[in-house]
Amino acid sequence: MKTLKYLLLLVVTATLLVSCDKKTSKETDKVAYQCPMKCEGDKVYSEKGNCPVCEMKLRPTSKVATKVLSSFISEESIFNLTTKWNTQDGKEIELKELKGKTLVMVMIYTTCKAACPRLTADMRNIEDKIPADLKNEVEFILVSIDPVNDTPEKLKAFAKENFLEGPQWTLLQGTESGVREFANVLAVKYKQISPLDFSHSNIISVFNPGGELVHQQEGLGVDNKETIKKIIETINTH
Amino acid sequence: MKTILRLTICLFLLNATYTSCQSKMVQIKGGEYLPLYGRDSLNVKIKDFLIDVYPATNREYVDFVKKYPKWQKSKVIKLFADESYLRAWKSDTILGENQKEKSPITQVSWFAAKEYCECQGKRLPTVDEWEYVAMANKTIPDARREEAYNQFILSWYEKPKTFNQTIGSTFKNYWNVYDLHGLVWEWTIDFNSVLVSGESRKDVDTDNNLFCGSAAVNATDLMNYAAFMRYAIRGSLKAKYTMKNLGFRCVKDIKK
Repeated sequence: MKTLKYLLLLVVTATLLVSCDKKTSKETDKVAYQCPMKCEGDKVYSEKGNCPVCEMKLRPTSKVATKVLSSFISEESIFNLTTKWNTQDGKEIELKELKGKTLVMVMIYTTCKAACPRLTADMRNIEDKIPADLKNEVEFILVSIDPVNDTPEKLKAFAKENFLEGPQWTLLQGTESGVREFANVLAVKYKQISPLDFSHSNIISVFNPGGELVHQQEGLGVDNKETIKKIIETINTH
Repeated sequence: MKTILRLTICLFLLNATYTSCQSKMVQIKGGEYLPLYGRDSLNVKIKDFLIDVYPATNREYVDFVKKYPKWQKSKVIKLFADESYLRAWKSDTILGENQKEKSPITQVSWFAAKEYCECQGKRLPTVDEWEYVAMANKTIPDARREEAYNQFILSWYEKPKTFNQTIGSTFKNYWNVYDLHGLVWEWTIDFNSVLVSGESRKDVDTDNNLFCGSAAVNATDLMNYAAFMRYAIRGSLKAKYTMKNLGFRCVKDIKK
């Protein structure tokens, strides 16, 4: 009886400790598999396994899928941040769920009158200039620096007003501490100067599918050419 | 049933030991003050809060990294700390030869300091909170116009290696808080929030293209040269940077 008690205690402590570790993502179920020899043409399989004709191991079809499959996160990746965020659709996510696509990120707040509309326009301009066949490989993310006021509903309305609709756009509401941490990773500076106003630096950041920072564009209404070039380069090398 | 009861008690005890090893705090009575840099040069309101009497020490930080190995120097990831993180330590859990247990912990990044505080149910102070407490001398809450106060701080800034002293070796201020000046610089939660232009070396003036609202950046009192230096150094930091003379202490909100 006594041993049982201690055993139980041990198990509980262990679960308590482990519970911080978070589950691994199970994105694999969206992945399709194909025979590398294409024995049966373009036929895809929903599960891993061997090709029924040539017995070769099936491979994931799309490039994106291969990236999602690897669970490796480098030391410099923003996917090491474990804070939770809400999307404009009210879904709770962690940054690492964005893994697999080239990410273009900016920090804004919806009540901003001066810079943010232009920053948002900059994001839209960049999105416009990404070639159609690559659009699927990029995700555009606007992170609110005003988590108190920018609820998912507000972000949703902001997205609508600013033509940021479609699967490539994600708007995020974090916690105050999570936003600070994220801003510090980007080296974005901001300060609340009144209940509805923040001063902040205007930086658009590009991350590779592994979450590593590859490019930052500073300033407003600057030439996007370099940023777009970098995005396309990042997509093609990953 | 009995087992569950005992288990709960055990967990409570575990929790109690956690809280008991927290360092001593004192209450700060909030108020208004005019910071060197402010929100449109207006007074800033500070709420009542609790603050650690001393900066976090080497000893306390050893305990922290033992409990949270991800912050040990061999395990910390590049996103959260630069190469000089805990450089003087002999190993992951052993201090360097010349490091005293009671000296303030330094060479830690903002990420590490932030998590250290959060693991104790505390947080890093805001710049405004820190400056508010630190503008007191031994006898009055706002000593910024006192010559001796400024003299003390500025002569400290010239002194080398004060981080080797032990906590409590400076003076106890009006709020019963030690070592705000004289030992180490301290991290604040929003250390980079004042837009003294990205980098003083890079920018000639406040760049309207880079910062929205940069008109808010104005020195209200240039007499306060020491504070000016603090704002400048904070502005030059990045969150993963670590410095030999940069430590931290934690604060806590008062639940109403």
